[in-house]
Amino acid sequence: MNTDMSSKIYDFSTLTGSIDAALNSWMSPGLAVLTELVIIGLVFLIFYALLGLFLVYLERKVCAVIQNRVGPNRVGKWGLLQTIADLIKLLMKELIPIRKADHLLFILAPFIVIIASFMAMGAVPFAKGLHVLDFNIGVFYVMAVSSLGVVGILIAGWSSNSKYSLIGAMRSGAQIVSYELSVGLSLMAIVVFSGTMSLSEIIESQVNGWWIFKGHIPAFIAFIVFLIASTAEINRGPFDLAEAESELTAGFHTEYSGIKFAFFFLAEYINMFIVAALGATVFLGGWMPLHIGNWEGFNQVMDYIPSIVWFFTKTFFIIYVIMWFKWTFPRLRIDQLLTLEWKFLLPISMVNILLIAFLALMHWHF
Amino acid sequence: MSEEIIKDVIVRENEDYIINMGPQHPSTHGVLRFEVCLKGETVKYLIPHIGYIHRGIEKMSEAITYQQVIHLTDRMDYLSAHINNEAVCMVVEEAMQVEVPERVKYIRTILDELNRIASHQLWWCAFGMDLGALTAFFYGLRDREQILDIFEESFGSRLLHSFNTPGGLMHDVHPNFQKRTKEFITYFRKKLPEYDQLLTGNIIFQERAKGVGYMSREKAIAYGVTGPSGRGSNLACDIRKIAPYGAYDKVQFDEILMTEGDTFARYQVRMAEMWESLKIIEQLIDNIPEGDFTAKMKPIIKLPVGEYFKRVETARGELAVYVVSDGNKSPYRVKFRSPNFSNLFVMNELAAGGKIADLVAISGSLDLVIPDIDR
Repeated sequence: MNTDMSSKIYDFSTLTGSIDAALNSWMSPGLAVLTELVIIGLVFLIFYALLGLFLVYLERKVCAVIQNRVGPNRVGKWGLLQTIADLIKLLMKELIPIRKADHLLFILAPFIVIIASFMAMGAVPFAKGLHVLDFNIGVFYVMAVSSLGVVGILIAGWSSNSKYSLIGAMRSGAQIVSYELSVGLSLMAIVVFSGTMSLSEIIESQVNGWWIFKGHIPAFIAFIVFLIASTAEINRGPFDLAEAESELTAGFHTEYSGIKFAFFFLAEYINMFIVAALGATVFLGGWMPLHIGNWEGFNQVMDYIPSIVWFFTKTFFIIYVIMWFKWTFPRLRIDQLLTLEWKFLLPISMVNILLIAFLALMHWHF
Repeated sequence: MSEEIIKDVIVRENEDYIINMGPQHPSTHGVLRFEVCLKGETVKYLIPHIGYIHRGIEKMSEAITYQQVIHLTDRMDYLSAHINNEAVCMVVEEAMQVEVPERVKYIRTILDELNRIASHQLWWCAFGMDLGALTAFFYGLRDREQILDIFEESFGSRLLHSFNTPGGLMHDVHPNFQKRTKEFITYFRKKLPEYDQLLTGNIIFQERAKGVGYMSREKAIAYGVTGPSGRGSNLACDIRKIAPYGAYDKVQFDEILMTEGDTFARYQVRMAEMWESLKIIEQLIDNIPEGDFTAKMKPIIKLPVGEYFKRVETARGELAVYVVSDGNKSPYRVKFRSPNFSNLFVMNELAAGGKIADLVAISGSLDLVIPDIDR
């Protein structure tokens, strides 16, 4: 670990540690843990909602820039309150009951989707010492819980008793199950390099250089594969076949209205954040500042930038890239989508992981 | 011969998985309903159902004067409003044996081509949307706005102008017309390559368009497919070349023909036609002769007894107008042969066997305007 004074300034573990100590001194250890859980849950709920609103706003602004428009600019300064106004509108909208729908599953589906993204969020290391769930299979955990979302999508498509929804859900099922493989393999590349699945240890292994630089070309290939496959996994353009609006009107959430629709919408954006955060953590060093070899002065200056700033900069860079290709590319066709995965991405990432295993064995990475 | 080219009647089966695309659906561009039978993602057959926006324009025309018929033609193919107007005007002028002034012919031709460009721009927007390239929409509309501004200045309306009257124009064009049109030509010459950068060269776009919805030349003839859709199948059907009207005999331009017959060929034809239209306008805009904006016409037009027929090339194909007159001030019978009606019914042939996404791409590449189908 970096023992620099400067990196200690921004260590959140001092803050969280003092809260923990204070709570323990006031109440019994069991109650203290319970209180901490409640605090974390509340903080996460608020953060989740605010992040969702901000990402929607960001997407509208980014797509407006790409499309020669201004974007939201009436509600609040620079239209910042636009998404809040939209949320209020969605909250007040009627929840249209669907006749002959499977009501229990119909109501359950948005919650499954949102819970999956909520669970994945818990393992994201936001900054130094700001990490809720840090255990030894972090990468595996995020992969596992984020793929739970597909269950919600399938249930939504099936229960709403609409042909468009069903086609959308089936597409989404095929797509997510296929692309999960490539995402997993490309993340595995870095797991092989760093020799651990724990997200905090992966970050620590990047103290003298991010894996995308240290891992030569194979790590870069893994990053590109990860970017493509994870975009497909979160059903975003150009892989948004599950909700292809020109073909299936709105795909799996055609029949949803009001706040239930908003749940799907929110979950999609949070999933985008999770994927970007995971990419930033694994490939771009997470909250680790940019360090170049022996440039002591440069490294010192970089250390003065707080780790939370590093994390969000990298994450939002990846989010911007994902938005960028959503708004410039046409949508793929379902057979092309599956061809891309099974005939190109999967073989590439399989060969790539062999290469990486070889590199790691020979200790040829930096 | 035609039996081999045109498929047999579709037989519906009980276990068919039918979805109804439309009449309210984002990709049918209007109130059209496709009854699509699916096998998984693959389209088994497709039946277009029309009539959701039938207004009986042909029947209505029998009760109104010729000047009034022109206003109804705007509402057929609303993106080629000016060209539709011109077809009716030409029928009346031929029947009355009126020679329209040269100035009118030039201005009509320039407006035809501007209208064609505006229509192709909107098609490009919508086609991009159909394929999921949402940004294309805004690029297309940005440039279409320039043309609509020119229209607005001269006619006071942007979409349904009814600017043609039998014998000429409603009034002369705005003094700025020449200047602004020339500005537009230089502007659009710069912007048109952006369209190619954004969409044409994109690998996903090419994969989606190439080899999709193949239409042979024979099939195009059998179904009466005309316009850019027909020319994508190497069918030379440009009325501007076959039977020049207006000032088309005075300009040099190429009829764009492609041999591939797929969605991408139809796309390329339209893109190249925009360049050709710019070329036509450029040849005419500086040489508009001075003179009257209309020939002398009687206030009440009564066509001599007989049958009259004229055809023009709209942005979507051949529009033919057939008028039977019994000597009264309103026509005895009017028949519009609209290009979209013929272009629509080839859909089943092109889309069957493909995926749902292909169906959307094909209907986009045929550039359907629904009010023109129903009339």
